[in-house]
Amino acid sequence: MDINEQTLHKIAHLARLYIDEDHKEEILNDLNDMIHWVEKLHEVDTEGVEPLTNMSQEVNSWREDDVQAHISREQALKNAPHSDSKFFKVPKFLK
Amino acid sequence: MDQEIRDKYQAVIGLEVHIQLLTRSKLFAGDSNRFGDEPNTNVSIITLAHPGTLPKLNKRALELAIKMGLACHSTISQHMIFDRKNYFYPDLPKGYQLTQDSTPICVGGKIGIATHIGEREIELNRIHLEEDAGKSFHPHDASESLVDFNRAGTPLIELVTEPTLHQPEEAYQLLAEIRKMVRFLEICDGNMEQGSLRCDANVSVRPAGSMELGPKVEIKNMNSLRNVRRAISQEIERQISLVESGHAIASETRSFQEKTGGSVAMRTKEELNDYRYFPDPDLSPVEISDHWLQQIKESMPKLPHQLKTELQKDFGFSADDVEFLTESPEMYEYYTQTLEFVKDPVTALNWLKGPIRSYTKDANLTIADLLLSPMQVGELIALVEEGAISFSQAAQKLLPELLQQPHSKPRDIAASLGLLQIRDENILEETVVEILKAFPDKVESFKNGKKGLLGFFMGQLMQRTDGNVDPKLANELFSKYLN
Repeated sequence: MDINEQTLHKIAHLARLYIDEDHKEEILNDLNDMIHWVEKLHEVDTEGVEPLTNMSQEVNSWREDDVQAHISREQALKNAPHSDSKFFKVPKFLK
Repeated sequence: MDQEIRDKYQAVIGLEVHIQLLTRSKLFAGDSNRFGDEPNTNVSIITLAHPGTLPKLNKRALELAIKMGLACHSTISQHMIFDRKNYFYPDLPKGYQLTQDSTPICVGGKIGIATHIGEREIELNRIHLEEDAGKSFHPHDASESLVDFNRAGTPLIELVTEPTLHQPEEAYQLLAEIRKMVRFLEICDGNMEQGSLRCDANVSVRPAGSMELGPKVEIKNMNSLRNVRRAISQEIERQISLVESGHAIASETRSFQEKTGGSVAMRTKEELNDYRYFPDPDLSPVEISDHWLQQIKESMPKLPHQLKTELQKDFGFSADDVEFLTESPEMYEYYTQTLEFVKDPVTALNWLKGPIRSYTKDANLTIADLLLSPMQVGELIALVEEGAISFSQAAQKLLPELLQQPHSKPRDIAASLGLLQIRDENILEETVVEILKAFPDKVESFKNGKKGLLGFFMGQLMQRTDGNVDPKLANELFSKYLN
């Protein structure tokens, strides 16, 4: 499978990324390198091997239902490009 | 719509019900899961998706999801993972939602419902765990939208039915049953207005008798049980009208409009639904041990349909009455507590569905808001049972006053209102004799056959005692002196 320009536009749109025309070729090449590398992995016979979804062998790394580790609203809003004293502000996305 | 045209089509309906779980903290982080707090105060670096942060699963959320699965006779997955559902939206901090795509915690299952057509079981496809998104606001006069992430990361279960419903009424009954179940299980407060229970409906129509499914339309934002029924009814008619007039039905998502009962198109599905699910590598797999599953099974409370069967069997109540008593866990609890003070289950039922229901209804309250304890209601009923006060006086005068003074004893209020019937035979007898002495001519007439004068004597007695007489006892006394 190769990533063509149309696929590139589609995934860029889904991620709301703007792709500069000058960089398009480079990005396409990078993505295709990645796809080819994963395709190479397909050559390994994985018949009967359960899919691995996590690199550690750990299971049930869960927590009890306790309230902790809040951050203050001031801290929460500090890194937002736009905010008022209470809310994160984003370009209007629904009327 | 003309019934003849309507009958040419069959509607196919599936529901997706989002149920917010009553945990203290969020699904993958320790921030508070409390509703109604100041915006952006229940947040953490995990919820806000700060770089380098890792989610950690809330064990309690798993337990609550398993409870719902057990209640629905689902198969509980004992090995599962979480998946990423990728989409870009301002209320979704990570750019993906953690959900379960390939290994839902509960598979299959069924929920029994009753409609006017009869009883049937609705098959479930699955129940899976996932996190909720934040909440956004779009002020009219501003060029920006506001986002509050307090809700982001709240644990949800999404219950997905098979598309086997055909009537708006079935969807209504199913959702009503789900709402009751989650409340009796104490896994969700079931509040549709506040959005802790939300329902989306997938609706399509096809010619009656056809097996092929028509294009599916998803309706969102129905914020009450009634609106779910309204929205589905209108959607079925809209689709039939389109087909009848030769138009195609667009597969789309539509938003319910409270004012009209109709809906407006939100977005076309094909364009945006490309979620590129894949297993989340940040969360370790989950194994539910047999032992833990057994413990959860043993902790299951009785469900509304089990309680209904019990009430019918134990007391012979009608379907409507058991429905009334199991409409909420609070109502059922109130009734069973009242029975500790009232011997007759029917008397207790009649008080709850009679005077007490009409009071709560008029005051727009639920039984949970009632300031009277089951013990006070028991004392009130006892006054009527022992003949100290008539039912109508108790319901019309004593109850309203008791509700004004909810910390008083019913007997004290009845006394202060002068409602207690004179049951002391000696006092009553004196008054009866006084009356008969005062009207010798009438006594004479009575003895000569004018039996209707008994009503006159009773009237005199009522006047002199302000009506607080046990009529049976009064009758006996008059008979004693007149015959």
